[in-house]
Amino acid sequence: MTGTDIPILEVSEVTKTFGGIIALNGISFHVKPGEILGIIGPNGSGKTTVVNCITGFIKTTAGDVRFKGRRITGKPPHKIAAMGITRTFQIMRPYYSLPAYKNLVIPLFSPRARKTGGWRGGGKLGDRDTVSIDILEEIGFERDSYVPYKITGTLPTGYLKRLELARCLALKPEVIICDEVFSGLSMSEIASMVPLIERLKMEGITLVMIEHRLRELFQVADRVMVLNFGEKLVEGTATEVMADERVKAAYFGSEQVEEVMKHA
Amino acid sequence: MNVTTEQMRRERIDRGIKVRSDGLYALMSWRELSYLMTPRTILIVGMLCLPLLMPGAYWQRVMSIVCIYAFLAVGFDFLAHYVGLVSLGGAFFIGVGGYFSAILNTTFGLPPLVAIPMATIAGAVLSTILLLPCLPLRGVYFAIVTLMYPLFAARLIEAFDMLGGTDGIMGLDSFPNPMLEQYFIIGMLLMMLFAMRRLVNTDLGLVFRAVKDNDQAVRASAMNVTFYKALAVFIGSLMGCLAGACLAHIYMWSGISQFALDFSILPIAATVIGGSGTLVGPLIGCLILVPASELLRDFGTLRIAFYSLILVGFIVFRSDGIMSWGQRKYEQFERWKKI
Ligand SMILES: Nc1ncnc2c1ncn2[C@@H]1O[C@H](COP(=O)(O)OP(=O)(O)O)[C@@H](O)[C@H]1O
Ligand SMILES: [Mg+2]
Repeated sequence: MTGTDIPILEVSEVTKTFGGIIALNGISFHVKPGEILGIIGPNGSGKTTVVNCITGFIKTTAGDVRFKGRRITGKPPHKIAAMGITRTFQIMRPYYSLPAYKNLVIPLFSPRARKTGGWRGGGKLGDRDTVSIDILEEIGFERDSYVPYKITGTLPTGYLKRLELARCLALKPEVIICDEVFSGLSMSEIASMVPLIERLKMEGITLVMIEHRLRELFQVADRVMVLNFGEKLVEGTATEVMADERVKAAYFGSEQVEEVMKHA
Repeated sequence: MNVTTEQMRRERIDRGIKVRSDGLYALMSWRELSYLMTPRTILIVGMLCLPLLMPGAYWQRVMSIVCIYAFLAVGFDFLAHYVGLVSLGGAFFIGVGGYFSAILNTTFGLPPLVAIPMATIAGAVLSTILLLPCLPLRGVYFAIVTLMYPLFAARLIEAFDMLGGTDGIMGLDSFPNPMLEQYFIIGMLLMMLFAMRRLVNTDLGLVFRAVKDNDQAVRASAMNVTFYKALAVFIGSLMGCLAGACLAHIYMWSGISQFALDFSILPIAATVIGGSGTLVGPLIGCLILVPASELLRDFGTLRIAFYSLILVGFIVFRSDGIMSWGQRKYEQFERWKKI
C-alpha cells in the first residue's frame, strides 16, 4: 500500500436509527486523500445523516468513523472540525443579521484558524476582517463591489452557498463535505462553481459531495456512491454506477441516465 | 397637492453629521467629535452628579439601589440580547455575591473594598460552575431553570440552617463613608457599562452574537459553543455578584431575601423600558423604575398595579424602549415621502 492509498476518511458499518426509522443501515465506505467522492441517492435515503454522523452533529447508533486512522466517532462537532473535517449545511446556516464578511470572523476566531492562519494563511493569522474579505474574493465575491459588506440576509442563494463553502475554507480544512451546494442554483451559477471545486481539489483538499445534479457531479467526482433507503447500493466510477441495473431501477428515471450518459 | 396620508410614507434618513462621524474623520472636527462625545458625557457627568443632587441620605441610598439593579439589568441585556441566554436568575447572582462578601468580611475580617472584588470573582466562578448543566438548554427552558436557582438556594439555606439560616449573616462592615459607597458603585457601574459596550463590538462579541443566531454554524466553525456560553455567563454573573456584594455592605447584612424574585424580575422590566440590546437602556430603565417603586411605596400593594401600568404602557407605546427611540432621534431625521 502506498501512502496515498491509506484512506483519509473511513466509515465502517455505521448505523443510525431515529426511533423506529433506520436512516442508515451499516454503511461502509472510504475516501482517499485528495479525491472527490460523490454521494447520490433519492431524497430521504440518508445522505445528510451520513454527513451528520461523520461530523459529530448526531451520535451514531453503531459503527465507526476514522480520520487518518484515528477514531473520531462520538467526538463533538467542534473537535472534529478542529481536526480538519468541515461540512456545509444543506439548509444553509449563515448569520443572516451580519454583513457577509463578518460570517468568516467566527471560524477565523477558532483555535484551528489561529494555528493555520485561514485558507491561504501560512500559519499566521492576520486581521480577521481582511482575511475574511480575501477569502470571499477568492470564492467569488467581487472585492470592490458592495457585496461582501451587504447584510447576509439580503444576498441571493448563489452567494449564500459560496458563504457555506467559505466558512469551511476559513478553517483551512483537509476534508470538506458538501451537502448539496449546487441545489437551488441556476445552471450558470453551477457552471461557475465547478471550476472552484476543481481548484480546491488541485490544492489537495479532499471533497465529499452530495448532489442531485448528476451531470456536474460526474464531471468532478472521481468515484460515486449511491445510497438507497439507508443502504449502499453501489460504488464505483461514474460510468460503472450509471451502467448498474439496480441503480437504474431503484433510483434514476431512465431518461435522466441516458441524458447524463450522452454527456459523460 | 391633494395627497392623502395613505400615499405618504415616513422615511428615516441618517443625519449628515452621523454619517460624517462614523469614520476616522470624526477626529478632524470639533463638531463631529462633540456629536460623538455628547451622549457619553451626559451619561458620565449625569451619573457622577446624581449623589450630589439627591435631597438626602434616603434618596442617596435609593440611587445606590438603582445602580445595584442596573448591574443586573446590563448583565441580563448582555446575556439575553447578545448571547441568547435569557437568564431569570439575577437574584441568584445577588445572593451568591452577597454571601461571599459577607463571609469574607465577617469570618476573614477583610475590609469591604477588598472583600467585594474577591466575592465578585469567586461568586462568578461558582455561579458559572453551577449553571454549566443548564447551558445546553434553549430559550424558555433555560429561563425557567435559572428562575429556580435562587428559590432553590434560599430553601436550601433555610432547610439546612447554614450560613446563618433565616437570620442571615449580620454585622458586616459598611462602606467607610456614604460618599465613597456611592462613588464606588457608580464608578464600577460606568466602567462595566463601557467595557460591555466595547466587548460586544469586538470579534469575541461577534462570536457571542453568532452563538445566539446560529449555534450549529458556530460548532461547524470548530468553536466550542458551551465554552463561549460559559464565558458569557461568567461575564454576566460578574456583574450580578458585584452588585450582590455591594448590596450586602450597603445593608450590612446578607440573608435569604437577597434571593428574592425582585432581583430577577425588575432588571427585565428595566431592560424592556430602557431598550433591549443597547446596554445603556437598562440603566435608564432602572433610573425610572427603582425611584418610581420607592415613590409608590406609600400606596402599599396598589403599587404593583401602578407598576404594571407603567410597564404595559411602555410595551404598548414604546416597545423598542427609550434608548433605542432616543438613539434613532439623535442619529436620524424623518420626513414624509410620497409613494
Ligand atoms: N433528526 C431526525 N429525526 C428523525 N428522523 C430523521 C432525522 N433526520 C433524518 N431523519 C430521517 O432519516 C432519513 C434520511 O434523511 P436524510 O439523511 O435527511 O436524507 P437525505 O439527505 O438523503 O435526503 C429520512 O427518512 C428522514 O426522515
Ligand atoms: Mg439531505
